[in-house]
Amino acid sequence: MRTLNVTAITENIKEMCIEANHFLSEDMKCALEQAVAAEEAPLGRQILKQLQENMKIAGEDMIPICQDTGMAVIFLEIGQDVHFEGGFLEDAIHEGVRQGYGEGFLRKSVVRDPLLRENTNDNTPAVIHYDIVFGDRVKITVAPKGFGSENMSRVFMLKPADGIEGVKNAVLTAVKDAGPNACPPMVVGVGIGGTFEKCALMAKKALTRPVNLRSDIEYVRELELELLQKINCSGIGPGGLGGTTTALAVNIETYPTHIAGLPVAVNICCHVNRHAVRII
Amino acid sequence: MEKHVNVPLDDETAASLRAGDYVYLTGTIYTARDAAHKRMQEALEKGERLPLDMKNNVIYYMGPSPARTGRPIGSAGPTTASRMDKYAPRLLELGLKGMIGKGKRSREVKEAIAKNGAVYFAAVGGAGALLSRSIVSSQVIAYEDLGTEAVRRLEVRDFPVIVVMDAEGNDLYETAVRDYCRE
Repeated sequence: MRTLNVTAITENIKEMCIEANHFLSEDMKCALEQAVAAEEAPLGRQILKQLQENMKIAGEDMIPICQDTGMAVIFLEIGQDVHFEGGFLEDAIHEGVRQGYGEGFLRKSVVRDPLLRENTNDNTPAVIHYDIVFGDRVKITVAPKGFGSENMSRVFMLKPADGIEGVKNAVLTAVKDAGPNACPPMVVGVGIGGTFEKCALMAKKALTRPVNLRSDIEYVRELELELLQKINCSGIGPGGLGGTTTALAVNIETYPTHIAGLPVAVNICCHVNRHAVRII
Repeated sequence: MEKHVNVPLDDETAASLRAGDYVYLTGTIYTARDAAHKRMQEALEKGERLPLDMKNNVIYYMGPSPARTGRPIGSAGPTTASRMDKYAPRLLELGLKGMIGKGKRSREVKEAIAKNGAVYFAAVGGAGALLSRSIVSSQVIAYEDLGTEAVRRLEVRDFPVIVVMDAEGNDLYETAVRDYCRE
């Protein structure tokens, strides 16, 4: 048994909210670099270079990469041998978000009620997903999610007979409908299998996987590459203004499902695919 | 074609801009997004005055992140324009000449742009840090209680945008994508 004070959770989440909104992970930087080299459209190349310049300014001047600093999505993988003390874990998480968005000059984009729409003014609450895992460590992933791309995400409850072609159609439909609205080049997170909510959660989690890391499952890996190639033939391009770079990666997660179903979720993220990860 | 244009946008200039033009805007523009548009719509329905005169003005669909001390504004990139589609045709009838955002517009908005000789510009989505450098000053002029969604007057210098929809009814999102489609 390992005892952990929840103030460590607050402190880490505060820092991670600020870090994620100003610095993209190395894999995203590499993917953008490769995209600049490969893009065929002159305007597309110009836009991609602006995105690189934008990232540089964000880090140097501490201005958020994007003004939509997102709703804070937080994944906590908690080792089953961890005991928390010093307060309620969930309060500590929200407090970390509150401090991070305040001290980091991040935009407060959360409304208390989806229909009454009054801003909470501190970007809380976060959306939190807990997993209990083996061991005595806690893995925290902070993934601020912008809503330009979130709004273009979809869930398809396909029939088993729709098969792999049905899955491809679902992903391509979601990406094409998103077009310029989702700030391409996008990262496409896909969840296949499970239930209605499980596939959506997998799609979200898929976005936190490095974009240069392919699935361990051979046919899924091939599907990821095939879909990326097809998406980049759509012509949408950087900014939706035409080109050969519409997505930087397709990340797919799968899970067992019911004999009667084939759920597919497509969670679209813009090029500001933010996630900070720490293990404490 | 690269052009340097002053804002507010006079009728002749607005009518001369073409889809695909890369334009640098200098002058005064205003911000308004979802909540401010809803309030302006309600004001119009009640016969009240709007917080800004639409005539020849340009609205930037944008809600900035907070400014650090000594800076005019925080990160300041465009938001998705289609959420304002419900409100835009009426504002275009009142003389609004330009909108800056990102993403597709409805048929009604496209028609209203052509009918009123206006322009829809795209700024690069997700480039909020870069775009903030072209904003010289920012002042809240209405709906302060809306926080990031308040209406702001911005002074901009060489603010980079691309003409997506023009007074002739062209739509760069449709034509440019066709050029690179390989399906």
